[in-house]
Amino acid sequence: MAFVTASWNPLGDAFYRKTELYEMSWPLRDGLRDSLVAAAPYGGPIAILREPQRRSPSSRPHLDIYSASGLSLASFVWKSGTVVQLGWTVSDELLCVQEDGKVLIYDLFGSFKRHFSLGQEVSQSQVLEAKVFHSPYGSGVAIVTGCGRFTLTTNIDDLKLRRLPEVPGLQGAPCCWAVLTQDRQTKVLLSNGPDLYVLDNTSCTAVSPPGLSPEAGSILQMSVSFSYKYLALFTQTGLVWTGTSNLQAKLCEVDTKMRSAPKQMVWCRRPRAQQPSVVLMWERLLLVAGQCSDTIQFPLDSVSVLVPELDGVRVLSGSHQELLQEVPLVSQEIFKIASMSPGALLLEAHREYEKLSQRADEYLREIKEQCVLAEAVRQCVEAAGHEWDCVTQKALLRAASFGKCFLSDFSPEPFVTICRELRVLNAVRESSVGLPLTHTQFKQMTVQVLIDRLVHRRLYPLAIEVCRYLKIPEFQGVSRVLRHWAECKVQQTDLSDEAVARTVCAKVGDSPGVSYSHIAAKAYESGRPELAIKLLEFEARSGEQVPLLLKMKRSQLALSKAVESGDTDLVFTVVSFLKNEMNRGDFFMTLRNQPLALSLYRQFCKVEESQTLKDLLNQDDDHDGLGNFYVSAAFKEPRLDGRLASLQNAVDEYNKAKNDFNAKATEEEMKLLKFQRKLDEEKGAGLQGLSLQDTMEALLNLGLYKHAEQLCRDFRVPDKRFWWLKLRALAEKHDWDELDKFSRSKKSPIGYLPFVEVCVKNHNQNEAKKYLVKVSPEQRVKACLLLGDLEGAADAAIERRNEAELGAVLGRCPASNRQLMDRLQRAAAKK
Amino acid sequence: MASQRRDAPPLPDVSVLKRVARDQLIFLLEQLPGKKDLFIDPDLMSPLDRIANVSTLKQHEVDKLYKVEHKPIVSVAEQLCFLIRPRIQTVTWICDLVNSDKALGRVRRYKIIFTPQKFFACESVLEERGVFGDVSCDQWDFHLLPVDDDIISLELPEFFTDTFLAGDQRWVRTVGSSLHLLHSLFGPFSKVYGIGRIAKMVYESFRTQLQTEETRTKGDAQIENVFIIDRDVDLVTPFCSQVVYEGLVDDVFRIKCGCVEFSPDVTASDKSIKVMLNSQDKVFSEIRNEHFSNVFGFLSQKARTLQMSYDKRRGMDIKQMKTFVSEELKGLKQEHRLLSLHIGASEAMMKRKTKQDFQELLRTEHSLLEGFELRECISFIEEHISRQVSMMESLRLLCLLSLTENGLLPKDLRSLKAQYLQSYGFDHLLTFSSLKTLGLVQEQHTAETLSAMETRVGRLVNDRTAGKLTEAISSLAKKSNFRALSRKLNLVPKVEDYDLRVPKDMAYVFSGAYIPLSCRLIEQVLDRESWSGLEEVTRLLNGHEFNVTGSASSPGADSQRRVLVLFLGGCTFSEIAALRFLAREKGLRIITVTTAITNSSRILESLVQRN
Repeated sequence: MAFVTASWNPLGDAFYRKTELYEMSWPLRDGLRDSLVAAAPYGGPIAILREPQRRSPSSRPHLDIYSASGLSLASFVWKSGTVVQLGWTVSDELLCVQEDGKVLIYDLFGSFKRHFSLGQEVSQSQVLEAKVFHSPYGSGVAIVTGCGRFTLTTNIDDLKLRRLPEVPGLQGAPCCWAVLTQDRQTKVLLSNGPDLYVLDNTSCTAVSPPGLSPEAGSILQMSVSFSYKYLALFTQTGLVWTGTSNLQAKLCEVDTKMRSAPKQMVWCRRPRAQQPSVVLMWERLLLVAGQCSDTIQFPLDSVSVLVPELDGVRVLSGSHQELLQEVPLVSQEIFKIASMSPGALLLEAHREYEKLSQRADEYLREIKEQCVLAEAVRQCVEAAGHEWDCVTQKALLRAASFGKCFLSDFSPEPFVTICRELRVLNAVRESSVGLPLTHTQFKQMTVQVLIDRLVHRRLYPLAIEVCRYLKIPEFQGVSRVLRHWAECKVQQTDLSDEAVARTVCAKVGDSPGVSYSHIAAKAYESGRPELAIKLLEFEARSGEQVPLLLKMKRSQLALSKAVESGDTDLVFTVVSFLKNEMNRGDFFMTLRNQPLALSLYRQFCKVEESQTLKDLLNQDDDHDGLGNFYVSAAFKEPRLDGRLASLQNAVDEYNKAKNDFNAKATEEEMKLLKFQRKLDEEKGAGLQGLSLQDTMEALLNLGLYKHAEQLCRDFRVPDKRFWWLKLRALAEKHDWDELDKFSRSKKSPIGYLPFVEVCVKNHNQNEAKKYLVKVSPEQRVKACLLLGDLEGAADAAIERRNEAELGAVLGRCPASNRQLMDRLQRAAAKK
Repeated sequence: MASQRRDAPPLPDVSVLKRVARDQLIFLLEQLPGKKDLFIDPDLMSPLDRIANVSTLKQHEVDKLYKVEHKPIVSVAEQLCFLIRPRIQTVTWICDLVNSDKALGRVRRYKIIFTPQKFFACESVLEERGVFGDVSCDQWDFHLLPVDDDIISLELPEFFTDTFLAGDQRWVRTVGSSLHLLHSLFGPFSKVYGIGRIAKMVYESFRTQLQTEETRTKGDAQIENVFIIDRDVDLVTPFCSQVVYEGLVDDVFRIKCGCVEFSPDVTASDKSIKVMLNSQDKVFSEIRNEHFSNVFGFLSQKARTLQMSYDKRRGMDIKQMKTFVSEELKGLKQEHRLLSLHIGASEAMMKRKTKQDFQELLRTEHSLLEGFELRECISFIEEHISRQVSMMESLRLLCLLSLTENGLLPKDLRSLKAQYLQSYGFDHLLTFSSLKTLGLVQEQHTAETLSAMETRVGRLVNDRTAGKLTEAISSLAKKSNFRALSRKLNLVPKVEDYDLRVPKDMAYVFSGAYIPLSCRLIEQVLDRESWSGLEEVTRLLNGHEFNVTGSASSPGADSQRRVLVLFLGGCTFSEIAALRFLAREKGLRIITVTTAITNSSRILESLVQRN
C-alpha cells in the first residue's frame, strides 16, 4: 500500500492508473487473436467467437461465454450463419448479428431464446458492420448493409425497424461510424472520406466538427462517450479531436504522431472527471490522450480489447484484465506524494497511532487546528470506495473510523454504508463470481440490478446473502431471488416432478411476494404440466391459479377455483372463456354446477343475450323462470299479436310448472287484452295496457256501464271493489241520477257511508243527505260529522251511548254551542 | 332528547374519505388533458356533487356536463369522458356512440371511468362490439361517501337486488375493499361480529385483501369494533312506516346523499329549494332523531327562543347593535331560514299523512308487529288495494304481513295477489315472483302440507315419538320466525303508555311499538361481546353468525367504544336513529356504514323497475 502511486501516470493535471482486475482463468491458447469479442459494460460477461469466418461444416467456429474473470459459462459450436457482430443487452442477453440480417439471442448460459430479422432487403445486401448500443429505451442494434444503407432499432424487446435515409455518395461501409442518442432521438454519425454526416430518421446532414483544421484529412476512427455527450475523432494526420457530440463545441486537439488508424478508440472518463481523455489502441500500443499535448503510452504484449465503462476503460487481453481510469480527485489528494490534505494527514495520523507513536497526536492536532477533521474523515471514506485493493480499503476505513472518534456530531451513515457496500463489492469481485464493479458503477446500476445480475448468473445463495446483508425488503430482495431460483429449478429435467415440487416448497415456503402460480406457469412452459398442477396446489390465493389452469385447459378446475376466490370478475373471465371453448350443452352443464357463475352469466344474458337466457332456463327445466321470461318478453313486444303469443307461451310454461295462479292470471290478462282491443276498435276507448281496475274506471267514465259490469262479471271482481269504483266514478262525473239508481240496484256491500263520503267530497251536501238515512247506525255519527250536522251526530251518539263517539262529537263542538255541549256531557256522565 | 353521555368518545374524522376520492378523481381527469365533455350516470350525480362541485370539474378542463340518458348525444367536443357505474347497458350505449362516430368518420377520444370498480363483463362488451381499442378505461375507487359525521354510504342501491335477488355476488369484493379502506384509515379492528351469508363473504374478502396487500394502518386504532349485518336478516324493519323526523322526511321527500329538495308547498315560495340535512344544520340536528309527534312542539319552542334573540336588539345602544349585527344576526337569520323550512316540511308531511288515514295505517302495522287481529289487518290491506290508495304502500303492507306471519295462507295469498293485479296491472306478476325469491311475500306451510308430512313421518316412528312430533310440527305451523324472535328478543315492549318524549328504549323510533330487530341484535351482541347465549336467536335467523376477536388495545381506550356497523343491502334512517339512541345510552359512538340509505319504497321500486 505504500506504493499506491507507483501505478499512477500523470497527464496534465490528472493522473491515470491501471489496476489489475483479474488474471484470466480461461484456457485460451491463441489469446484473442482472430476472434470476435464482446464484453458487456458494468463488469458484464464476455463472449468470444473464434475464427468467425470459417464456414466449412467440418470446422465451424466456436462460441464461448465467460464471466468477466474468465470462468466458462457456456461453450458450443456455432452452427448458424456467419456472425458479423456480437453484443450484450442490458439484461445479460447475447445478441449475435448475422450477415443475413438475422439476430439470434442467447442467454448467459448459451441457450437459445429467440431471434428476429432486421428486414427483408438486408438479407440480400448483407450486413457489413453492426453495432449494439444502449439507450434509455433499452438495447438496440444498428447495421450498415452492402449498399451503404443504415437500419436500426432502439429496443430489441419492442422491435421497430427504422431504415435511415441514403447517404450521398456512400457505396459499401463508411470509413467509420457511431450511434448517438440525442434529444430523445437515435442518430448515426458517419464519415466517408473527408465528409462527416449525421443521419437521423428523415435526413442526412453534412456536418463539420468546430475547430478541426481542414488539413486534418479524413476521419478514420470515432468514438462516443458512455453518456453520449462527447465525441472523439481520429484523423488521417494522427490528430485526436474531442468535443461535444452535438458538434457545437470543441474541447481540444491532440497530435498522437501516429499515422495509422487505431484498432480501437474509446473514451476514458468518469463522472466529474478532471479532464476528458480518450484511449487509443494499436497493435502493440495503448495511448491515453487528454487535454494537453502530452500522452501516456503503454506497450501491449498481446492482442487486447478495450471495454468502455462509466468511469474508465477495461483492457482485456488473453491473459489479464486491467482497469484503466483517471485517479479520482479525492484519492489523488490523499495519496499524492507530500500531500497535506486533511485526508492524507488523517491517514498518516492513524498510521502513527498504530505504531503507538505520539506523532499521531501531532498530525491530529494539525488537522483539528484547521478544523477540517470532518472533511478528513469524509475524504477517507470516499477514497476507500474507489480502491480495488482490500488492504488499502481497510487502511482508509480504519483511518476514517479513528478520526470519527474525535468528532461529536458526525453522521455515521456514510461510513456504515460504504463499509456494507464494499463488503458486497468485494464479494462479487471475487474471481469465482467475476463481476468487477467499481463503486461508481455500483451506485449507478443500483443494488436491484446487481441482484438481477447475480440471479442471471444463477448465483442464488450469494444473491440472497447480499439481500439479507443489505437489509433489502423481503418483497424486493430475498423473495425475488427465490422466485427466480424456483423458476430455474422447475426447468431441471433430471429431477422428478415430486422431488422438484418438494424442494421448491421447502425453500420458498410462505415467502411474501413469491407466487406459486408464476413458478407453475414456468413449469408448464417447460412442458411439465403435472409439476405445474402440483405447484399450483401450494398457491394460497385461488384466484392466482385461474389463468394458468385456463391455459392448461383445466377449465372445470379453473372455474371452481375462480368461484372459490370470490372474485366475480375472475369468474366471469373463466365463464366467457368457457363459452368460446365448449359446446353449448357442456357449457350449460358446467354452469349448472356453479350457481355463482350461473347467476353472473344470467345477469349478463339478461342484457346482452336474451335468447341464451331462455336456453339456460330451458336446460334447467325452470318453467317458472321461463314463464317469467315470456311475460317480460311480452311487454317488449310492440304488437298485440306478438304480445298475446308470448303470453300464451308463458301460460304453457306456468302450466308445466304447476303454477296455477300465474297461469290463470296470464290467461286473464290475455282475455283482458283481447277485450280492450275489441273496445278500442269499436269505441276508440284507448284502453290498451290498462289494468283491470283502470279499464273499468275508464269505461265508467265513458259511461259504458254495461261493459264495465260485464268485465266485473267476467273477471269475478269482488262486489265491494266494483261498488267503490262505480261510486267514485259516478260522483266525480256528478251523475247524481245514475248514482241514485246505482244505490237502489241492490243492497250496498260497502254500506252507505261511502256514498255520503263521495258526495261530500264532490261538494254536494244535498245529495249526501239523501243517503244519510241509509247509513247503518254504527256509522251514523261519522256520516253526520262529515255532513257537519252536529245535532244529528249528537243524537246518534247519545242514542248509541258510545263513549268514543260522544267524545268525537264533543271534540268538534264549538264552545259557543253550550246547549249541545251540556247535552253531550250529561250523556257521557250518565254512562 | 338527552345529550351525549359525557364519557362517549368523539367521532373520528370521516371526511378524509372525501379528500381521498376527490384527489383520485382529479388525477383521473388530468389523465385526459385538454377540454372534454363529461357524461355522468344519473345516480352518480348527487354523490359526485358531494365530492367535487362543478367549479372543481371546470378547473380540470371539463367543458360541459351531461347526464347519461341512453340517447344519442349532442356534444361536439373532441374528447368525451364517461363517469359511470359498471353497468352493461351503459357500456353498450357508449359502444353504440363510438360506432356511430366511426361510421360518420368522426375522430374523438373516449375515456370511461368506472366507479367504484370496473368489471370484466363491461370490458368484454367493449371488446365484443369492437371498440376496446378506441376507448380507454379507468377506475375511480370511490367506495365510501361520508354522508354525515356518523353515516358513510357506498351509494350502491343495486347491492340489495343484485345480491339477494339475482344471487350475483359481484359487489362483495367492492364492500370488502371498502372495509379494507376503513381498516387502513381507522383500524386495526380488533373485534368483528357479523351475521348473514353475505356478511361472512364480505369478511372473507376483507381478510384476503388484508393478507395479500401491504396494509399500513397509521398509528393507533380509532375504531375497534365492527358489526356486519345482511339486510335479509331483518327485512321487517325497513317495511315499517318511519315516524322519526329524518325517516319521515326520507319517506316523503327522499333524501339523496344527505340532501333533500323541498317542494314549493314546503318552502312557501314558487320554487323548490335544496337543503343539506346533516349535523351542520343546527335545527335539523336537534329534531332528526325525534319522534314526529314531538317535532312541532320543539319547533315552536325554538321559534320562541329565536324571537327572543331577535327581541334583544330593542334597548341596545349603537355599539351593542353593531356587535349584534356582526356576530349574531347572520347566525340567527340562518337559523330562522332553516326553522321555517322545517316547519314547512312538518306541515306538508302532516297534511299528506293525515290525508291517507295515516293513523289507521299505523294501527294496522302495529297489529301486524304484535300479531293481533290478523283478519282485520288482512281486510284493511284488501281495501287498501281495491281502493288503489297507493301502489307501493299496499305492497309494503303485504310484505309486512307475510314477513311477520312467516308467509300467508295460500288462499289469502292468492286472493290478495289477484286483487293487486286487478288494481295495478298484470305486470306485477313478475314483481310477485321477485318478492317470492326474496322471501318478502311467501306462501305459508299449510296445516294440510304439515299434516301430510306428519303422517308420512309418523308411519316411520313409533306412537310415542309420533305424539311429540305432532306437537312439534303443529307448533311449527303456528309460530312464525318473527313471532319467536320477537318473543326471544323482546321486540315489542309491553308498556301501556309509552312516553315518546322521554324514550326508554329503541322502540320509540316506531312509536314504542317495536324495537328494530337489526338494532336489537347489535345491542345484544355488543353487550355480550359475542353471540353466546343467542344460539336460539341465530338458529331462527338461519345462522351464518361469526365473531373474530383479535388483540385489543389497552382497556378503556376510546377506540374500544367506537363501533362500525355495516349494513349490507341498505339501512333506514329509523335504524340509524335507534343506533344513535343505543350509543347515547351505552356511551358508545356508532358509525353506520351502509351500501345505501334505503326505505320500503326504494326497495319495492327497485323490484318493480326490474320488470
